[in-house]
Amino acid sequence: MRSDRSQSAPRGLKIAAAAGLAFLHLPILLIFVYAFTTEEKSYQWPPPGLTTQWFAATWARPDVWQALGLSVQVAAISTAIALVLGTLCAAAVSQTRFFGREAISLLVILPIALPGIITGIALRSAFSLAEIPFSFWTIVLGHATFCVVVVYNNAVARFRRTSGSLIEASMDLGADGFQTFRHVILPNIGTALLAGGMLAFALSFDEVIVTTFTAGQQQTLPIWMLEELVRPRQRPVTNVVAMVVVLATLLPILAAYYLTREGDQIAGAGK
Amino acid sequence: MSVQAVTGTSDVTAILPRRGGFAGSLSDLLWRRPGLLLFVMLAPPLLWLGVVYIGSLIALLAQSFFSIDEFSGLISRELTLKTYGDLFQPANLDIIIRTVTMAAMVTLASAVVAFPIAYYAARYARGKWKALFYLGVMLPLWSSYLVKVYAWKLILAKEGILTWLFAKLHLSWLLDSWLSLPVVGGNSLSVSFTGTFIVFVYVWLPFMILPIQAALERVPGNLVEASSDLGASPGQTFRNVLFPLALPGIVAGSIFTFSLTLGDYIIPQIIGTSRLFIGQAVYAQQGTAGNIPLAAAFTVVPIVIMGFYLWGAKRMGAFDAL
Repeated sequence: MRSDRSQSAPRGLKIAAAAGLAFLHLPILLIFVYAFTTEEKSYQWPPPGLTTQWFAATWARPDVWQALGLSVQVAAISTAIALVLGTLCAAAVSQTRFFGREAISLLVILPIALPGIITGIALRSAFSLAEIPFSFWTIVLGHATFCVVVVYNNAVARFRRTSGSLIEASMDLGADGFQTFRHVILPNIGTALLAGGMLAFALSFDEVIVTTFTAGQQQTLPIWMLEELVRPRQRPVTNVVAMVVVLATLLPILAAYYLTREGDQIAGAGK
Repeated sequence: MSVQAVTGTSDVTAILPRRGGFAGSLSDLLWRRPGLLLFVMLAPPLLWLGVVYIGSLIALLAQSFFSIDEFSGLISRELTLKTYGDLFQPANLDIIIRTVTMAAMVTLASAVVAFPIAYYAARYARGKWKALFYLGVMLPLWSSYLVKVYAWKLILAKEGILTWLFAKLHLSWLLDSWLSLPVVGGNSLSVSFTGTFIVFVYVWLPFMILPIQAALERVPGNLVEASSDLGASPGQTFRNVLFPLALPGIVAGSIFTFSLTLGDYIIPQIIGTSRLFIGQAVYAQQGTAGNIPLAAAFTVVPIVIMGFYLWGAKRMGAFDAL
Protein backbone atom coordinates (compact mmCIF):
# COMPACT_ATOMS: atom_id res chain seq x y z
CA MET A 1 0.00 0.00 0.00
CA ARG A 2 1.26 3.41 -0.87
CA SER A 3 1.87 5.56 2.15
CA ASP A 4 0.18 8.94 2.29
CA ARG A 5 2.33 11.83 1.08
CA SER A 6 0.94 14.25 3.62
CA GLN A 7 1.56 12.07 6.65
CA SER A 8 2.50 13.91 9.78
CA ALA A 9 6.06 14.21 10.99
CA PRO A 10 7.62 12.02 13.68
CA ARG A 11 7.35 13.65 17.08
CA GLY A 12 11.12 13.87 17.59
CA LEU A 13 11.50 15.82 14.37
CA LYS A 14 8.65 18.16 15.27
CA ILE A 15 10.21 18.92 18.65
CA ALA A 16 13.68 19.44 17.18
CA ALA A 17 12.36 21.77 14.47
CA ALA A 18 10.23 23.75 16.94
CA ALA A 19 13.14 24.01 19.37
CA GLY A 20 15.38 25.23 16.55
CA LEU A 21 12.91 27.92 15.54
CA ALA A 22 12.47 28.95 19.18
CA PHE A 23 16.26 29.22 19.48
CA LEU A 24 16.22 31.57 16.48
CA HIS A 25 13.43 33.82 17.73
CA LEU A 26 13.37 33.97 21.53
CA PRO A 27 16.59 36.03 21.86
CA ILE A 28 15.13 38.72 19.59
CA LEU A 29 11.86 38.75 21.53
CA LEU A 30 13.83 39.19 24.75
CA ILE A 31 15.03 42.58 23.46
CA PHE A 32 11.42 43.77 23.53
CA VAL A 33 11.09 42.98 27.24
CA TYR A 34 14.37 44.67 28.09
CA ALA A 35 13.26 47.89 26.37
CA PHE A 36 10.70 48.32 29.17
CA THR A 37 12.84 47.39 32.16
CA THR A 38 13.36 49.84 35.03
CA GLU A 39 16.85 48.47 35.69
CA GLU A 40 19.57 50.87 34.52
CA LYS A 41 22.85 49.44 35.72
CA SER A 42 22.80 45.78 34.78
CA TYR A 43 21.14 43.18 32.56
CA GLN A 44 19.13 41.82 35.48
CA TRP A 45 16.46 39.20 34.79
CA PRO A 46 13.58 39.17 35.58
CA PRO A 47 13.19 42.96 35.22
CA PRO A 48 12.43 44.55 38.60
CA GLY A 49 9.71 46.70 37.03
CA LEU A 50 8.33 47.92 33.72
CA THR A 51 8.34 51.48 32.41
CA THR A 52 8.03 53.38 29.16
CA GLN A 53 10.22 56.29 30.27
CA TRP A 54 13.20 55.13 28.15
CA PHE A 55 11.31 55.75 24.93
CA ALA A 56 11.05 59.42 25.81
CA ALA A 57 14.67 59.44 26.96
CA THR A 58 15.81 57.93 23.65
CA TRP A 59 13.66 60.34 21.67
CA ALA A 60 15.47 63.26 23.33
CA ARG A 61 18.94 61.98 22.48
CA PRO A 62 20.59 64.00 19.67
CA ASP A 63 23.44 61.48 19.17
CA VAL A 64 20.95 58.69 18.39
CA TRP A 65 19.15 60.91 15.88
CA GLN A 66 22.42 61.91 14.25
CA ALA A 67 23.55 58.30 13.92
CA LEU A 68 20.16 57.31 12.55
CA GLY A 69 20.22 60.16 10.04
CA LEU A 70 23.68 59.25 8.80
CA SER A 71 22.71 55.57 8.48
CA VAL A 72 19.62 56.42 6.44
CA GLN A 73 21.56 58.74 4.12
CA VAL A 74 24.36 56.22 3.58
CA ALA A 75 21.90 53.41 2.97
CA ALA A 76 19.83 55.49 0.53
CA ILE A 77 22.79 56.57 -1.59
CA SER A 78 24.47 53.14 -1.49
CA THR A 79 21.19 51.54 -2.54
CA ALA A 80 20.81 53.98 -5.44
CA ILE A 81 24.33 53.22 -6.67
CA ALA A 82 23.82 49.49 -6.19
CA LEU A 83 20.53 49.63 -8.13
CA VAL A 84 22.23 51.17 -11.16
CA LEU A 85 25.34 49.00 -11.10
CA GLY A 86 23.51 45.79 -10.19
CA THR A 87 20.86 46.19 -12.89
CA LEU A 88 23.44 47.00 -15.57
CA CYS A 89 25.50 44.00 -14.60
CA ALA A 90 22.48 41.70 -14.45
CA ALA A 91 21.25 42.89 -17.86
CA ALA A 92 24.64 42.33 -19.44
CA VAL A 93 25.12 38.89 -17.91
CA SER A 94 21.63 37.57 -18.58
CA GLN A 95 20.92 39.06 -22.00
CA THR A 96 24.21 38.51 -23.77
CA ARG A 97 26.97 35.99 -24.11
CA PHE A 98 30.50 37.26 -23.89
CA PHE A 99 33.95 36.19 -22.83
CA GLY A 100 34.43 36.31 -19.06
CA ARG A 101 30.72 36.21 -18.20
CA GLU A 102 31.28 33.69 -15.40
CA ALA A 103 34.08 35.81 -13.99
CA ILE A 104 31.69 38.74 -13.65
CA SER A 105 29.23 36.75 -11.54
CA LEU A 106 32.14 35.82 -9.31
CA LEU A 107 33.36 39.41 -9.15
CA VAL A 108 29.95 40.64 -8.01
CA ILE A 109 29.68 37.99 -5.30
CA LEU A 110 33.24 38.40 -4.04
CA PRO A 111 32.66 41.40 -1.70
CA ILE A 112 30.09 39.38 0.21
CA ALA A 113 31.80 35.99 -0.05
CA LEU A 114 35.05 37.22 1.45
CA PRO A 115 34.88 37.98 5.18
CA GLY A 116 33.85 41.61 5.76
CA ILE A 117 37.07 42.33 7.58
CA ILE A 118 39.05 41.70 4.39
CA THR A 119 36.90 44.07 2.36
CA GLY A 120 37.15 46.61 5.14
CA ILE A 121 40.89 46.55 5.63
CA ALA A 122 41.52 46.43 1.87
CA LEU A 123 39.48 49.59 1.36
CA ARG A 124 41.05 51.27 4.38
CA SER A 125 44.58 50.62 3.24
CA ALA A 126 43.66 51.73 -0.29
CA PHE A 127 42.28 55.01 1.12
CA SER A 128 45.42 55.59 3.09
CA LEU A 129 47.67 54.74 0.12
CA ALA A 130 45.70 57.14 -2.09
CA GLU A 131 45.56 59.66 0.78
CA ILE A 132 41.78 59.95 0.66
CA PRO A 133 40.48 61.32 3.99
CA PHE A 134 37.64 59.41 5.63
CA SER A 135 34.28 60.98 4.98
CA PHE A 136 30.64 60.26 4.27
CA TRP A 137 31.66 59.13 0.79
CA THR A 138 34.21 56.56 1.94
CA ILE A 139 31.41 54.88 3.94
CA VAL A 140 29.14 54.94 0.89
CA LEU A 141 31.87 53.49 -1.30
CA GLY A 142 32.29 50.51 1.02
CA HIS A 143 28.56 49.92 1.35
CA ALA A 144 27.72 50.20 -2.33
CA THR A 145 30.39 47.60 -3.11
CA PHE A 146 28.63 44.83 -1.23
CA CYS A 147 25.08 46.05 -1.91
CA VAL A 148 25.51 45.45 -5.66
CA VAL A 149 25.25 41.71 -5.15
CA VAL A 150 21.72 41.69 -3.67
CA VAL A 151 20.33 43.85 -6.46
CA TYR A 152 22.22 41.76 -9.00
CA ASN A 153 20.87 38.46 -7.62
CA ASN A 154 17.28 39.66 -7.69
CA ALA A 155 17.55 41.26 -11.13
CA VAL A 156 19.31 38.27 -12.71
CA ALA A 157 16.62 35.89 -11.43
CA ARG A 158 13.90 38.10 -12.91
CA PHE A 159 15.68 38.62 -16.23
CA ARG A 160 15.95 34.85 -16.55
CA ARG A 161 12.17 34.53 -16.26
CA THR A 162 11.43 37.45 -18.56
CA SER A 163 11.14 36.24 -22.10
CA GLY A 164 13.57 37.88 -24.55
CA SER A 165 10.89 37.83 -27.24
CA LEU A 166 9.03 40.58 -25.35
CA ILE A 167 11.93 42.90 -25.99
CA GLU A 168 12.17 41.87 -29.64
CA ALA A 169 8.42 42.38 -30.07
CA SER A 170 8.72 45.88 -28.65
CA MET A 171 11.55 46.69 -31.02
CA ASP A 172 9.63 45.20 -33.96
CA LEU A 173 6.69 47.42 -33.12
CA GLY A 174 8.93 50.45 -33.51
CA ALA A 175 9.97 51.34 -29.99
CA ASP A 176 13.52 52.55 -29.64
CA GLY A 177 15.86 51.18 -26.98
CA PHE A 178 14.91 53.72 -24.35
CA GLN A 179 11.17 53.29 -24.92
CA THR A 180 11.60 49.53 -24.69
CA PHE A 181 13.47 49.98 -21.45
CA ARG A 182 10.85 52.26 -19.96
CA HIS A 183 7.71 50.49 -21.13
CA VAL A 184 8.72 46.84 -21.38
CA ILE A 185 11.81 46.01 -19.36
CA LEU A 186 11.26 48.25 -16.35
CA PRO A 187 7.69 47.10 -15.61
CA ASN A 188 8.90 43.51 -15.85
CA ILE A 189 11.83 43.83 -13.49
CA GLY A 190 10.31 46.58 -11.31
CA THR A 191 9.24 44.50 -8.34
CA ALA A 192 12.52 42.55 -8.38
CA LEU A 193 14.43 45.84 -8.27
CA LEU A 194 12.21 47.12 -5.48
CA ALA A 195 12.84 43.96 -3.48
CA GLY A 196 16.56 44.06 -4.23
CA GLY A 197 16.70 47.71 -3.31
CA MET A 198 14.99 47.14 0.01
CA LEU A 199 17.32 44.29 0.86
CA ALA A 200 20.32 46.40 -0.14
CA PHE A 201 19.01 49.17 2.10
CA ALA A 202 18.62 46.74 5.00
CA LEU A 203 22.10 45.34 4.40
CA SER A 204 23.69 48.78 4.36
CA PHE A 205 21.65 50.00 7.32
CA ASP A 206 22.90 47.09 9.40
CA GLU A 207 26.50 46.84 8.22
CA VAL A 208 29.14 47.34 10.88
CA ILE A 209 32.35 45.45 10.03
CA VAL A 210 33.27 47.26 6.83
CA THR A 211 32.03 50.56 8.30
CA THR A 212 34.43 50.39 11.24
CA PHE A 213 37.24 50.55 8.67
CA THR A 214 35.83 53.13 6.27
CA ALA A 215 34.30 55.63 8.70
CA GLY A 216 36.31 58.36 10.33
CA GLN A 217 34.69 60.20 13.21
CA GLN A 218 31.13 59.76 11.96
CA GLN A 219 28.87 57.29 13.67
CA THR A 220 26.31 55.28 11.81
CA LEU A 221 23.68 53.62 13.97
CA PRO A 222 25.47 50.23 14.06
CA ILE A 223 28.73 51.97 15.00
CA TRP A 224 26.85 53.76 17.79
CA MET A 225 25.50 50.41 18.98
CA LEU A 226 28.91 48.77 18.79
CA GLU A 227 30.31 51.55 20.95
CA GLU A 228 27.57 50.89 23.51
CA LEU A 229 28.23 47.16 23.38
CA VAL A 230 31.95 47.52 24.00
CA ARG A 231 31.61 50.22 26.65
CA PRO A 232 28.02 50.18 27.97
CA ARG A 233 27.05 53.60 29.25
CA GLN A 234 23.39 53.98 28.38
CA ARG A 235 21.94 50.50 28.68
CA PRO A 236 18.25 51.51 28.69
CA VAL A 237 18.69 53.72 25.61
CA THR A 238 20.56 50.89 23.85
CA ASN A 239 17.69 48.53 24.65
CA VAL A 240 15.16 50.88 23.05
CA VAL A 241 17.35 51.49 19.99
CA ALA A 242 17.83 47.72 19.56
CA MET A 243 14.09 47.17 19.65
CA VAL A 244 13.41 49.92 17.13
CA VAL A 245 16.09 48.50 14.81
CA VAL A 246 14.45 45.05 14.94
CA LEU A 247 11.08 46.55 14.01
CA ALA A 248 12.63 48.69 11.28
CA THR A 249 14.33 45.72 9.58
CA LEU A 250 11.22 43.56 9.90
CA LEU A 251 9.16 45.68 7.49
CA PRO A 252 11.46 45.72 4.43
CA ILE A 253 12.03 41.96 4.72
CA LEU A 254 8.30 41.22 4.84
CA ALA A 255 7.72 43.60 1.92
CA ALA A 256 10.53 42.07 -0.14
CA TYR A 257 9.11 38.62 0.56
CA TYR A 258 5.63 39.54 -0.64
CA LEU A 259 7.01 41.26 -3.74
CA THR A 260 8.96 38.24 -4.94
CA ARG A 261 7.15 35.24 -3.50
CA GLU A 262 5.55 34.23 -6.80
CA GLY A 263 9.02 33.91 -8.28
CA ASP A 264 11.22 30.87 -8.43
CA GLN A 265 13.92 32.66 -6.53
CA ILE A 266 12.96 34.57 -3.44
CA ALA A 267 14.68 37.71 -2.34
CA GLY A 268 17.20 37.47 0.41
CA ALA A 269 17.97 33.80 0.07
CA GLY A 270 21.54 34.70 -0.73
CA LYS A 271 22.38 37.39 1.77
CA MET B 1 18.99 44.09 -26.11
CA SER B 2 19.30 40.54 -27.34
CA VAL B 3 22.59 40.38 -29.14
CA GLN B 4 22.23 36.96 -30.72
CA ALA B 5 19.16 38.15 -32.59
CA VAL B 6 21.03 40.92 -34.32
CA THR B 7 23.53 38.98 -36.34
CA GLY B 8 22.53 38.42 -39.94
CA THR B 9 20.12 41.33 -40.34
CA SER B 10 22.48 43.63 -42.15
CA ASP B 11 21.14 44.62 -45.56
CA VAL B 12 17.40 44.54 -45.04
CA THR B 13 15.50 47.72 -46.01
CA ALA B 14 14.08 49.44 -42.98
CA ILE B 15 10.30 49.36 -42.78
CA LEU B 16 10.12 52.23 -40.37
CA PRO B 17 11.62 55.66 -40.92
CA ARG B 18 14.77 56.62 -39.06
CA ARG B 19 14.21 57.97 -35.61
CA GLY B 20 15.00 61.58 -35.04
CA GLY B 21 16.66 63.35 -32.17
CA PHE B 22 19.67 62.51 -30.06
CA ALA B 23 17.99 59.74 -28.05
CA GLY B 24 16.73 58.14 -31.23
CA SER B 25 20.08 58.06 -32.97
CA LEU B 26 21.79 56.92 -29.78
CA SER B 27 19.30 54.10 -29.50
CA ASP B 28 19.89 53.16 -33.15
CA LEU B 29 23.64 53.25 -32.66
CA LEU B 30 23.44 50.93 -29.66
CA TRP B 31 21.17 48.56 -31.58
CA ARG B 32 23.52 48.39 -34.54
CA ARG B 33 26.56 47.97 -32.32
CA PRO B 34 25.74 45.42 -29.64
CA GLY B 35 29.36 45.43 -28.53
CA LEU B 36 29.08 49.11 -27.70
CA LEU B 37 25.87 48.48 -25.77
CA LEU B 38 27.59 45.73 -23.81
CA PHE B 39 30.47 48.09 -23.10
CA VAL B 40 28.13 50.81 -21.86
CA MET B 41 26.35 48.31 -19.62
CA LEU B 42 29.45 46.70 -18.20
CA ALA B 43 31.83 49.63 -17.84
CA PRO B 44 30.32 51.22 -14.69
CA PRO B 45 30.05 48.02 -12.62
CA LEU B 46 33.43 46.79 -13.82
CA LEU B 47 35.08 50.09 -13.03
CA TRP B 48 33.59 50.04 -9.55
CA LEU B 49 34.13 46.40 -8.62
CA GLY B 50 37.04 45.52 -10.84
CA VAL B 51 39.16 48.60 -10.33
CA VAL B 52 38.18 50.03 -6.94
CA TYR B 53 37.46 46.79 -5.12
CA ILE B 54 39.87 44.32 -6.71
CA GLY B 55 42.49 47.06 -6.83
CA SER B 56 42.19 47.55 -3.07
CA LEU B 57 42.42 43.82 -2.49
CA ILE B 58 45.56 43.52 -4.58
CA ALA B 59 47.11 46.53 -2.86
CA LEU B 60 46.38 44.87 0.48
CA LEU B 61 47.91 41.57 -0.58
CA ALA B 62 50.96 43.36 -1.93
CA GLN B 63 51.52 44.96 1.45
CA SER B 64 51.74 41.55 3.09
CA PHE B 65 55.09 41.17 1.31
CA PHE B 66 56.42 44.31 2.99
CA SER B 67 57.77 44.17 6.49
CA ILE B 68 57.89 46.41 9.52
CA ASP B 69 61.12 47.58 11.06
CA GLU B 70 60.92 46.45 14.69
CA PHE B 71 62.98 49.37 16.01
CA SER B 72 61.63 52.36 14.13
CA GLY B 73 58.12 50.97 13.56
CA LEU B 74 58.31 52.12 9.94
CA ILE B 75 57.17 49.96 7.06
CA SER B 76 59.96 49.02 4.69
CA ARG B 77 58.78 48.59 1.12
CA GLU B 78 61.06 45.75 0.14
CA LEU B 79 59.57 42.48 -0.94
CA THR B 80 60.15 39.84 1.71
CA LEU B 81 58.50 36.77 3.17
CA LYS B 82 59.51 37.79 6.68
CA THR B 83 55.96 38.86 7.61
CA TYR B 84 54.60 35.47 6.60
CA GLY B 85 57.30 33.93 8.80
CA ASP B 86 55.93 35.99 11.69
CA LEU B 87 52.58 34.23 11.24
CA PHE B 88 54.24 31.03 12.46
CA GLN B 89 55.37 32.49 15.75
CA PRO B 90 53.69 30.48 18.53
CA ALA B 91 51.40 33.34 19.59
CA ASN B 92 50.12 33.94 16.06
CA LEU B 93 49.87 30.24 15.27
CA ASP B 94 47.73 29.86 18.41
CA ILE B 95 45.35 32.51 17.08
CA ILE B 96 45.02 30.72 13.76
CA ILE B 97 44.46 27.29 15.33
CA ARG B 98 41.95 28.71 17.82
CA THR B 99 39.95 30.39 15.05
CA VAL B 100 39.93 27.36 12.75
CA THR B 101 38.89 25.06 15.61
CA MET B 102 36.07 27.43 16.54
CA ALA B 103 34.95 27.66 12.91
CA ALA B 104 34.89 23.87 12.57
CA MET B 105 32.91 23.39 15.79
CA VAL B 106 30.46 26.14 14.92
CA THR B 107 29.94 24.54 11.50
CA LEU B 108 29.25 21.10 12.96
CA ALA B 109 26.85 22.44 15.59
CA SER B 110 24.99 24.58 13.05
CA ALA B 111 24.52 21.56 10.79
CA VAL B 112 23.09 19.52 13.66
CA VAL B 113 20.67 22.26 14.75
CA ALA B 114 19.76 23.25 11.19
CA PHE B 115 18.97 19.79 9.83
CA PRO B 116 15.65 19.13 11.62
CA ILE B 117 14.36 22.62 10.76
CA ALA B 118 15.36 22.25 7.12
CA TYR B 119 13.99 18.71 6.90
CA TYR B 120 10.66 19.61 8.43
CA ALA B 121 10.32 22.68 6.21
CA ALA B 122 11.25 20.72 3.07
CA ARG B 123 9.19 17.59 3.62
CA TYR B 124 6.30 18.24 5.96
CA ALA B 125 5.49 21.95 5.91
CA ARG B 126 2.84 22.86 3.33
CA GLY B 127 1.06 26.03 2.31
CA LYS B 128 0.80 28.51 5.16
CA TRP B 129 3.26 26.57 7.31
CA LYS B 130 5.81 26.58 4.53
CA ALA B 131 5.65 30.38 4.32
CA LEU B 132 5.86 30.59 8.09
CA PHE B 133 8.98 28.44 8.16
CA TYR B 134 10.51 30.47 5.36
CA LEU B 135 9.92 33.77 7.14
CA GLY B 136 10.92 32.13 10.41
CA VAL B 137 14.38 31.60 8.95
CA MET B 138 14.52 34.76 6.89
CA LEU B 139 13.67 37.23 9.65
CA PRO B 140 16.49 36.19 11.99
CA LEU B 141 18.83 36.08 8.99
CA TRP B 142 18.12 39.70 8.13
CA SER B 143 17.71 41.04 11.65
CA SER B 144 20.45 43.37 12.70
CA TYR B 145 23.65 41.51 13.45
CA LEU B 146 24.54 43.77 16.36
CA VAL B 147 21.09 43.48 17.87
CA LYS B 148 21.43 39.70 17.81
CA VAL B 149 24.82 39.89 19.50
CA TYR B 150 23.37 42.36 22.00
CA ALA B 151 20.48 40.02 22.77
CA TRP B 152 22.99 37.32 23.67
CA LYS B 153 24.91 39.69 25.86
CA LEU B 154 21.68 40.13 27.82
CA ILE B 155 21.03 36.39 27.91
CA LEU B 156 24.52 35.25 28.87
CA ALA B 157 25.24 37.97 31.44
CA LYS B 158 25.85 36.75 34.99
CA GLU B 159 22.63 38.41 36.18
CA GLY B 160 20.80 37.43 32.97
CA ILE B 161 18.00 35.08 32.07
CA LEU B 162 20.10 31.93 31.60
CA THR B 163 21.57 32.02 35.09
CA TRP B 164 18.07 32.68 36.43
CA LEU B 165 16.67 29.75 34.44
CA PHE B 166 19.34 27.36 35.72
CA ALA B 167 18.60 28.52 39.28
CA LYS B 168 14.84 27.98 38.84
CA LEU B 169 15.46 24.46 37.57
CA HIS B 170 17.85 23.82 40.48
CA LEU B 171 20.62 23.19 38.00
CA SER B 172 22.97 25.99 39.03
CA TRP B 173 25.58 23.38 40.01
CA LEU B 174 25.65 22.21 36.38
CA LEU B 175 26.31 25.70 35.04
CA ASP B 176 28.93 26.35 37.72
CA SER B 177 30.80 23.13 37.09
CA TRP B 178 30.76 23.82 33.33
CA LEU B 179 32.14 27.31 33.91
CA SER B 180 34.91 25.93 36.12
CA LEU B 181 36.21 23.76 33.26
CA PRO B 182 39.61 24.96 31.96
CA VAL B 183 39.22 26.05 28.31
CA VAL B 184 35.49 26.44 27.75
CA GLY B 185 34.71 28.04 31.12
CA GLY B 186 35.16 31.50 32.59
CA ASN B 187 33.73 33.91 35.11
CA SER B 188 30.36 33.89 33.39
CA LEU B 189 29.06 32.60 30.08
CA SER B 190 29.47 36.02 28.46
CA VAL B 191 33.24 35.92 28.99
CA SER B 192 33.84 32.31 27.99
CA PHE B 193 34.49 30.41 24.77
CA THR B 194 31.21 28.60 25.36
CA GLY B 195 29.44 31.95 25.02
CA THR B 196 31.38 32.85 21.87
CA PHE B 197 30.50 29.46 20.42
CA ILE B 198 26.77 29.77 21.18
CA VAL B 199 26.55 33.24 19.65
CA PHE B 200 28.42 32.16 16.50
CA VAL B 201 26.05 29.22 16.06
CA TYR B 202 23.05 31.47 16.60
CA VAL B 203 24.13 34.21 14.21
CA TRP B 204 25.12 31.93 11.32
CA LEU B 205 22.41 29.26 11.73
CA PRO B 206 20.07 30.64 9.01
CA PHE B 207 22.94 30.46 6.50
CA MET B 208 23.07 26.72 7.17
CA ILE B 209 19.31 26.09 7.12
CA LEU B 210 18.61 27.58 3.69
CA PRO B 211 21.03 25.46 1.57
CA ILE B 212 20.15 22.25 3.46
CA GLN B 213 16.49 22.95 2.87
CA ALA B 214 17.17 23.61 -0.83
CA ALA B 215 19.01 20.27 -1.10
CA LEU B 216 16.29 18.37 0.76
CA GLU B 217 13.52 19.90 -1.36
CA ARG B 218 15.02 18.03 -4.29
CA VAL B 219 14.92 14.63 -2.56
CA PRO B 220 11.77 12.89 -3.80
CA GLY B 221 9.58 11.76 -0.91
CA ASN B 222 9.16 8.30 -2.42
CA LEU B 223 12.89 7.62 -2.00
CA VAL B 224 12.44 7.81 1.76
CA GLU B 225 9.29 5.69 1.52
CA ALA B 226 11.03 3.12 -0.67
CA SER B 227 13.81 2.88 1.87
CA SER B 228 11.42 2.15 4.72
CA ASP B 229 9.38 -0.22 2.52
CA LEU B 230 12.57 -2.18 2.00
CA GLY B 231 12.88 -2.57 5.73
CA ALA B 232 15.27 0.20 6.74
CA SER B 233 14.83 1.70 10.17
CA PRO B 234 14.45 5.50 10.31
CA GLY B 235 18.09 5.68 11.44
CA GLN B 236 19.26 3.61 8.49
CA THR B 237 17.18 5.67 6.07
CA PHE B 238 18.78 8.81 7.43
CA ARG B 239 22.34 7.44 7.20
CA ASN B 240 22.07 5.78 3.80
CA VAL B 241 19.51 7.86 1.90
CA LEU B 242 18.81 11.29 3.35
CA PHE B 243 22.24 12.26 4.62
CA PRO B 244 24.19 11.53 1.42
CA LEU B 245 21.60 13.47 -0.60
CA ALA B 246 21.63 16.40 1.83
CA LEU B 247 25.42 16.49 2.05
CA PRO B 248 25.96 18.97 -0.82
CA GLY B 249 23.54 21.33 0.95
CA ILE B 250 25.35 20.90 4.26
CA VAL B 251 28.69 21.60 2.57
CA ALA B 252 27.21 24.67 0.88
CA GLY B 253 25.95 25.94 4.23
CA SER B 254 29.26 25.18 5.88
CA ILE B 255 30.98 27.50 3.39
CA PHE B 256 29.08 30.39 4.98
CA THR B 257 29.39 29.32 8.61
CA PHE B 258 33.09 28.55 8.22
CA SER B 259 34.01 31.66 6.29
CA LEU B 260 31.94 34.01 8.44
CA THR B 261 33.42 32.61 11.65
CA LEU B 262 36.95 32.91 10.30
CA GLY B 263 36.55 36.59 9.54
CA ASP B 264 34.42 37.83 12.40
CA TYR B 265 36.01 40.05 15.01
CA ILE B 266 33.03 41.60 16.73
CA ILE B 267 31.46 38.56 18.41
CA PRO B 268 34.65 37.36 20.17
CA GLN B 269 35.32 40.95 21.20
CA ILE B 270 31.93 41.43 22.84
CA ILE B 271 31.23 37.92 24.08
CA GLY B 272 34.37 35.99 24.81
CA THR B 273 37.71 35.89 26.52
CA SER B 274 40.69 38.15 25.98
CA ARG B 275 42.33 35.52 23.76
CA LEU B 276 42.27 36.73 20.17
CA PHE B 277 40.73 35.36 16.98
CA ILE B 278 42.07 36.05 13.47
CA GLY B 279 39.68 38.95 12.89
CA GLN B 280 40.66 40.62 16.16
CA ALA B 281 44.34 40.10 15.35
CA VAL B 282 43.87 41.80 11.98
CA TYR B 283 42.05 44.67 13.63
CA ALA B 284 44.65 45.09 16.36
CA GLN B 285 47.60 44.87 13.95
CA GLN B 286 46.27 47.47 11.55
CA GLY B 287 44.96 49.77 14.28
CA THR B 288 46.91 50.18 17.49
CA ALA B 289 50.01 48.26 16.37
CA GLY B 290 50.18 49.99 12.99
CA ASN B 291 51.61 46.82 11.47
CA ILE B 292 49.72 46.75 8.16
CA PRO B 293 51.97 44.05 6.63
CA LEU B 294 51.21 41.58 9.42
CA ALA B 295 47.50 42.48 9.29
CA ALA B 296 47.55 41.84 5.54
CA ALA B 297 49.35 38.53 6.03
CA PHE B 298 46.71 37.55 8.59
CA THR B 299 43.92 38.23 6.09
CA VAL B 300 45.63 35.87 3.66
CA VAL B 301 45.02 33.00 6.11
CA PRO B 302 41.22 32.93 5.75
CA ILE B 303 41.54 33.54 2.01
CA VAL B 304 43.82 30.50 1.61
CA ILE B 305 41.72 28.32 3.93
CA MET B 306 38.53 29.30 2.11
CA GLY B 307 40.25 28.69 -1.25
CA PHE B 308 40.95 25.09 -0.30
CA TYR B 309 37.52 24.78 1.27
CA LEU B 310 35.75 26.03 -1.84
CA TRP B 311 37.85 23.75 -4.02
CA GLY B 312 36.84 20.76 -1.90
CA ALA B 313 33.21 21.89 -1.80
CA LYS B 314 33.10 22.23 -5.56
CA ARG B 315 34.31 18.66 -5.91
CA MET B 316 31.47 17.53 -3.65
CA GLY B 317 28.92 19.31 -5.80
CA ALA B 318 28.03 21.89 -3.18
CA PHE B 319 27.57 24.72 -5.66
CA ASP B 320 24.59 23.06 -7.29
CA ALA B 321 22.85 23.25 -3.92
CA LEU B 322 23.22 27.00 -3.56
